[in-house]
This record gives sequence, C-alpha cells and structure tokens, in this order.
Amino acid sequence: MSHPTPETDVILSAPHVLEYDYRRSLGPVLSHFFSALREGQIHGVKTKSGRVLVPPAEYDPETGESTTDEFVAVGPGGVVESWAWVGTPRKNHPIAHPFAFALIKLDGADTALLHAVDTRDESLMASGMRVTPRWAATPEGGITDLCCFVPEDQGVQTVEAPDEVSEPTQSIVTPVNVEYVYSPGKAATRYLQGLKQGKFLGQASDSSGLVYIPPRGACPRDGVPTSREVEVSGKGTVVTLTIVRVPSANITVDLPYCTANILLDGADISFTGLLQECPLEDVRIGMRVEAVWVDSSEWDYSSENIKYFRPIDEPDLPFSEIKEYC
Amino acid sequence: MRDVAIVSYAQSPSVRTQQDENEVEMLMPLIKEAVEGSGIAKQDIGFTCSGSTDYLSGQSFAFVMAVDAVGAWPPINESHVEMDGAWALYEAWIKIQCGEADSALIFSFGRSSMGETAETLGLQLDPYTLAPLKADAISLAALQARAGLDAGKWTEREMAEIAVRCRAQAKDNPDAQLSGDFETDQLLADPYLVSPLRKHDCPPVSDGAAVMVIAAEEVARKGPNPPVWIRGLEHRLDSHQPGGRDLTLSPSTSLAAQAAGVADGPIDFAELHAPFTHQEVILREALGLGPDVLINPSGGPLSGNPIMVAGLARLGESARRLWAGHGKRAVAHATSGPCLQQNLVCVLEGE
Repeated sequence: MSHPTPETDVILSAPHVLEYDYRRSLGPVLSHFFSALREGQIHGVKTKSGRVLVPPAEYDPETGESTTDEFVAVGPGGVVESWAWVGTPRKNHPIAHPFAFALIKLDGADTALLHAVDTRDESLMASGMRVTPRWAATPEGGITDLCCFVPEDQGVQTVEAPDEVSEPTQSIVTPVNVEYVYSPGKAATRYLQGLKQGKFLGQASDSSGLVYIPPRGACPRDGVPTSREVEVSGKGTVVTLTIVRVPSANITVDLPYCTANILLDGADISFTGLLQECPLEDVRIGMRVEAVWVDSSEWDYSSENIKYFRPIDEPDLPFSEIKEYC
Repeated sequence: MRDVAIVSYAQSPSVRTQQDENEVEMLMPLIKEAVEGSGIAKQDIGFTCSGSTDYLSGQSFAFVMAVDAVGAWPPINESHVEMDGAWALYEAWIKIQCGEADSALIFSFGRSSMGETAETLGLQLDPYTLAPLKADAISLAALQARAGLDAGKWTEREMAEIAVRCRAQAKDNPDAQLSGDFETDQLLADPYLVSPLRKHDCPPVSDGAAVMVIAAEEVARKGPNPPVWIRGLEHRLDSHQPGGRDLTLSPSTSLAAQAAGVADGPIDFAELHAPFTHQEVILREALGLGPDVLINPSGGPLSGNPIMVAGLARLGESARRLWAGHGKRAVAHATSGPCLQQNLVCVLEGE
C-alpha cells in the first residue's frame, strides 16, 4: 500500500508570529532604577570600590561582589562613547527614521548606558559629543521612559517631579514579538498536501516499516528516513482520551469536551483529535471513530480541514490489540 | 583528567535557505555519517548532547523533535544546551571527564532563514534595560567596531582585508556559503549597512547543521580516524552590559585561553568564531596569536554562519584540517552573546 514519496516541486511555508508579554519582577536594585526613571531621574548604584554603575546592577561585574545600597543621581547629560548609525531602521526599532544606537557615559557614571540618539543626520553624530535625554510624555517605569537622547545644544528637558510620591515600580512588562516565515520541510509538506485533498498521508520507516502520521521525515525509533508514503484511513481507534473542563485561548468548542489520541487504521503512532457527536459518559478506550471533514470547498493545507472525529458503528477493539499505543 | 579526542565530524554546507528539509531531515544523514565515521556502534555511544535555540525558527520544542534524528530507542542518555553546539561539546566533555560516559555524540542545528536573525539574537539581551530598546546584533557589533576604530585598534581597510582574506580562504571549503576573490577597494566602496559596518563586515545569514563524536582515549584509538586530542577546553564570560566593559578587549577569551593552555606550545592555525571582521582582531590579541598564525583557513563565520552551529564548526573544521595533515596544534574558539560576551577556547592536537 506504500509507494516512494513523490518529489514535490513546492515546499510549503507560512507566516508565523510568536507574541507574548512577560511581566518581570524587578528586585530592589532595578525597582529603584525604574522608579527613579518614572520621576525623571537617572540613578546609578555604587560598587564597594566606589564605581558608579548605570544601569545599576545587583553585583559588581568586575569582582562578583554585591553592590552597595547607595544610589546616586547621574546625568542627565553625558558623553557618547561609541555609536552605530542605523540608516534603515527595523520595524521594531525605537525610532522610525534614521538614528544611532549609542553607548552614553552619563555625568557621574563609570559605565555607559545603551540607548538611542536622535540627530536625524549621521553627520551630526560623533564620539565624544554631549547628549541629553528626551523623556516620554507618560512614563511607565521602563527603560523606554527615556525616549532617546539628543545633542545637548538642543536644550535640556526639565521634568517636573510629581507632587505625590507614588509606589515603587515592582515589575515591568516586556513584550516579545518575533516574526517568521516557517517552512516545515518535505515530509510535512506532503502531509499538508494530502490534507488539502482530504487524505491522511503518512510515511513508513525505512528500517521497521512503522508508519508515522503526521510524518516528519524521520523514524524517531531508529533515526532513519521514512521514504515511502502511505495513505492511512480516516477511521481509527481511541487509544487514550481526556475530558477538558477548563477554558483556554483558541478553543472554540463548548466545555466540557473530549480530546482523544486516535490510532488511525494503518498507522503506528496515534493522532490527536477532538471527539464529538458522542455523550462524554460514553467515550472510552477502544471505541471506533472516523474523521469528519469540513466541506471540500474549504479544504486547505491545514489541520482545520478535520472538524473532529465521531463514533462509528463498529465493535470496540479489545485492549490487547491496542495496548502498545495506550 | 582523561584524554578525550574528536573522532569524527560531519557538517552540512552553509546555505542561505534550507527550505526543503526540516531540522530532523537535515541532521539525519549527518548523524549517520558521524556515527559511522567514529567506528563506534550507535548503541555504544554513552551520551548525546545538542546545542540549538527554538527561537531561531520559532518552533517550540524543536530541540526535542530533533532527537528523532538520532533514533533514541532504546532510550538514550541525552541533554541539550540553549547555546552553540560548542557548549554541548563542553557538557559532553565534562560527562566523559566525570567517567559517566566513554563517548558522546554532539549535534547542533540552526535554520536562521525563517526569521530575522539579527533581531532574534536581540532576545538574548538583558530583558530589563537592553531588550526593550530592540538593539539588534548588527547594531551592537557596530558599537564595538566604532570603539576600536576610535581607539586606533583597527581601520575600516583592515576590516575589509579580513573579509577579503576569509572569502579567499573559503574557496577551498566546499561547505562555504560565501567565497571568492574580492578587492578591498571594491568592498570599501560599498555603502554602510549599520555604520561603521558594511555588508562584508557582517556574516551571511546561514542555515546549517553539524555533528561530532568525541571519545575517551581507549575508545578513540579504535576508530578509523587518528584521534584529534582535546588538550584544553575552557569557557568564560564578560558582563552582559555592553557599556560595562571595554568592547575592544576580550578578557574572557584571554582567561579561557590561559586555562586551556594556548600558550603552552606553538599554534599552527586557529579557527575563530568571529562573525564580524573586527572581532578577529580582538580575538587574535586576546588569544596571544602572532601575525604568523593562519586564522580561519576554512573561511570562518564570514563565509558561513549558521547560528548555534558556527562555534562547533570551528572545532570540526580544525579537526578536519589536522586530519588532513595541515599542522599539529590548533586553537578553536566559539562565542555567544552580544559583542563576544562569552567565549570558549579549545586547544586541539593531531597525532
């Protein structure tokens, strides 16, 4: 029933975005730093040897010793120690027009702060130039409360200290957003091409003949290719299941519902699917099920072609026949 | 200390885009080649360790799925580092030193082509004071390059000459992505990418994978390849704040070199993980390598830089060169983090 996997001219790929926020607790040193920033002040911390670290750290990188609890106000002006001119800013960069990333040694500090310098023109940048901060209109207690630095001759921006002392900043939110165009390789491309035609295309191990679905091009047991393609059935047997009673993102079915691992007829590895059209008290290991597809006009290179699995009128498989997969 | 040697090595060519094969499909033939080349039966390899990062292609648990390429049945003793494969080698070497294994399979892989590598590398920065500024890897390297230009440590011409030399050396390396004869003046006529870096100062974006087998002496001597001995191996790091250290120096490389015994004998060549041209100058000085030492005969990372692989590839390329009889004693170096923050130094000796 198997044949050599056909060569495919097209390798599928699709946009893929990883996006999530981390809320990070700060600890006493960075809490102090970000609380001061929110009020328009830049604070460094003194090491035991008297050096002033900006941004402050919990330890002295030269000795590994704890820093002291003595914070000192630095800047707000400082000197550019080194700079990189970004002529074509990336989408996520802090400034949308050409700008410089720079290491800035603020007055009174012994280390340099990384930040953006906005001069609009590369010819206005120079190592040794003096710069001064521009502050965000609505500080939030992060490093971006400093919008950027500008040449000092553009004037020092004074920041009004708030009337009331607010609670220290205890945590910051750091969003992560990474964009990809993901390509799953040959084996997964064949699998997705199969789904588009309403078929389950697995691949068989070159050594053992075990059939894997979805295929990834390798037999995980023996580390050999799976070069033969095998169409497996849309019918299968429940080998394990769970009833989900807690809501989560991206789930569109009503709670509670059943997720099952289903051993498709002809496959040697189970396949995860939603089980519907069956009272939850009746779902059981060994029951026979079949895939229900969305209307063929909607078939795409997607697992969403399979709506769910539903029971069929066939006798259960005895446990002894499926115990390897349970 | 046990004598441990590299006994086999396999790598894929560095390519701009490896779209046809996923990580597992890339690794499988290389693992087969390295295991067969080691003379050790697969089931007798005592430990497996990989180095990779799921952020490169945005696939969570890609490092777990990659184990499919090994064929982990019956179950194997396995580990992973979210670092270049050179650090996976370090873990495997420690495992052998501790007597818990006599041989180890090390593999690493990276498909950078699916994301924006320079931005993805920004995710490794301090999440409080650096990452929110979205400084990319090229901009950070440019800050380092400018610091050295200002200090008179190198010139833009010397940087371009390094690119010309590496690309010319890469002509002999069939796995190189970028090779050929270039003119320094021609490269210097290019516009800046992120000033003061031009395109030739930066590594290509590469997809690739590498696999190595190492073994303790009694096992290593039985293999078909003459052992390439790991005579010294150490890694150290500098502050993660680029503004908290002198970017024109690499004290962590110097410390690691001292611990690894680089200066204990003459060095015939070095494979340095210097993805940016000026970093070769920093590393040469930090390692105490004289002007007569040939640097990156393979072409180095400037001619192929699969992230998470390029460090392990420095050890692999060194071993290949020693097997080919080009020299007796070599230094291989791997780096991680922004602006050469963390550095691993390995002294290798042929028979």
